[in-house]
Amino acid sequence: MAGDFVVEVARIGFIILLWIFVFTVVGVIRRDLFAGARSSRLVAAPRGVGASTGQQRPAKVKRGRAAHQLVVTAGQLAGTRITLGDGQITIGRAEDSTLVITDDYASARHARLVPRSGQWFVEDLGSTNGTYLDRAKVTGPTPVPLGVPIRIGRTSLELRP
Amino acid sequence: MSSQAGPVNTPAATGELPRVRDVQTRRNAELALLGFAMALVAAYSATIQLTMFDTITGNFWVPAAVLSVLFLGLHLVVRYAAPYADPALIPAVALLNGIGVGFLRRLDLAEAPAAERLNYPIFAGTGGRQLAWTLISVVLAAVVLMIVKDHRAISRYAYTLGLGGIVLVLIPALLPRSLSEINGAKLWIKFGSFSIQPGEFAKLALLAFFAYYLVRKREVLSLASRRVLGVDFPRGRDLGPVLAVWAVSLLVLIFEKDLGTSLLYFGMFVVTLYIATERVSWLIIGLLLFFGGAYSAYLLGASVGGPFANFYDRAQIWLDPFSDPYLRGYQLVQSLLGLGSGGLFGAGPGGGQPTKIPEVHNDFIFAGLGEEIGLFGLSALLIIYLLIVQRGLRAGLAVRDSFGKLLAGGLAFTLALQVFVIVGGISRLIPLTGQTTPFLSAGGSSLMANWMLIAVVLRVSDAARRPVDASVSARPSGSSASAPAQLHGAPTEVIKP
Repeated sequence: MAGDFVVEVARIGFIILLWIFVFTVVGVIRRDLFAGARSSRLVAAPRGVGASTGQQRPAKVKRGRAAHQLVVTAGQLAGTRITLGDGQITIGRAEDSTLVITDDYASARHARLVPRSGQWFVEDLGSTNGTYLDRAKVTGPTPVPLGVPIRIGRTSLELRP
Repeated sequence: MSSQAGPVNTPAATGELPRVRDVQTRRNAELALLGFAMALVAAYSATIQLTMFDTITGNFWVPAAVLSVLFLGLHLVVRYAAPYADPALIPAVALLNGIGVGFLRRLDLAEAPAAERLNYPIFAGTGGRQLAWTLISVVLAAVVLMIVKDHRAISRYAYTLGLGGIVLVLIPALLPRSLSEINGAKLWIKFGSFSIQPGEFAKLALLAFFAYYLVRKREVLSLASRRVLGVDFPRGRDLGPVLAVWAVSLLVLIFEKDLGTSLLYFGMFVVTLYIATERVSWLIIGLLLFFGGAYSAYLLGASVGGPFANFYDRAQIWLDPFSDPYLRGYQLVQSLLGLGSGGLFGAGPGGGQPTKIPEVHNDFIFAGLGEEIGLFGLSALLIIYLLIVQRGLRAGLAVRDSFGKLLAGGLAFTLALQVFVIVGGISRLIPLTGQTTPFLSAGGSSLMANWMLIAVVLRVSDAARRPVDASVSARPSGSSASAPAQLHGAPTEVIKP
């Protein structure tokens, strides 16, 4: 009888362990699953609203508020996110761009994002159809606040913390 | 990529650069999960021994230990070759593979004479062979990871791969029956006692070609269209490639007598097309074409017979397996009885009678497992498949180039479709076709091809999660900028600590 009991425990225990494994895997990938949704809803919107004040004093970006990700919000690459390092990001149709966009209105070397003193600047590289920061056309290096869309053709990009 | 341009163009920025949050490689999480998975595999074989022998022998852990060493090796290769790759993939696949090996070994034990059971050699029988195949497959996956440093390099060989894929598909169809037919399906190349299934490798090669072709043609396929009933339909002449693939998969159905493989190729192409163009109309066209083709094959099988007869037979068995439960419907009936007697929690590992199901080590492994671990266990395994597929799609979503997106998305979908076709087949949701259950079934070709698939997905997910310019940049410009600042005695307030 004792043997039967052990077998029974092992039988149910194995299935329980299998499910614990499933939930552990889900736990490991959970951060990845919800990271995008949380930052876009709770964090990016309020900062985009208060962005006009940040535009005059780009140097005062605090550590915690620095941009950490570049997210494509519209266009064919929508959903793509790039974790920002300390190098520049080039955007265009050219294969060697950091972000290769296959947008009909984009030039081969369309624009670039450059970090300076903790602030990211967008710069148009002489594109045919222009780069827009929200509604304004980008002429020179322009500071990019968090959550404000950079528009290139049908593609929109945003900086996220 | 852009790293060589960075130092030149980025001006003096010694102050507070945007602080890089440490992007975690999550390799330690992978290692921990892998340990957990291997502990589960060991627990599985211990439970089997407990149920079958009423005792645990001293060597129950040996297969699990061999697998652990193997996967640890792969983990180390990933640490070196793809440090940012997805942490959940390898442990999930390793668990499925380990359970497959454990179950096949359990089948060997059930068939072995009682005297040999307690110390059955590790590399003997189907389970032992599967263990050896796992060894080869994992080494192959590691080699793929080492050789393919950037998934975009695959696109350079796209046409070669496409041609190779078609040749691999066609070989079994052209070979004489004695060299290519096993159980009514002409899918094999036999060399004596050893046989390989070239279609398993063909699907990887063809997918790489589809991805490359569609990246090139996506604009034509998605822009020029006519609008009918609120859905954008492509122009007639753009239907060419999809019709060609449809014809090829129908030929596979007719000459290789295998519905599963033909469904797999066609579904793979349609879904890659859908990912490339974001047009629902392709899915509608694809489904209509496939069901139309399958239904007319069924009608032809009923009236003409000949090459369609096999498909007609299978459809008949599917519609009513209990009409002939001892002959034609025997496999499916035994599978359904096995799943049914397993119930919710199963008879326990080692407690069922899976050997009653024909081909239980191969096509019907899911039914055999279902009898022993029940619906709860099977749904856990299905969710593990789902997680693997989800990680593949996630990698496709996050990667920054179109080819990588199509490659990862297509590969993940192929895996999902394969699981659907076989699990649907053994549970009588769709007509049964001879597909292997990825990572579980006995069979070297399937195991090798699927591990290579996982290696490619790992490579794409590494590219997707790797931060831009992870190591280089800014250092040279920082030092060259701070040197003039010291020379000219620039005001110190410019440089913030």
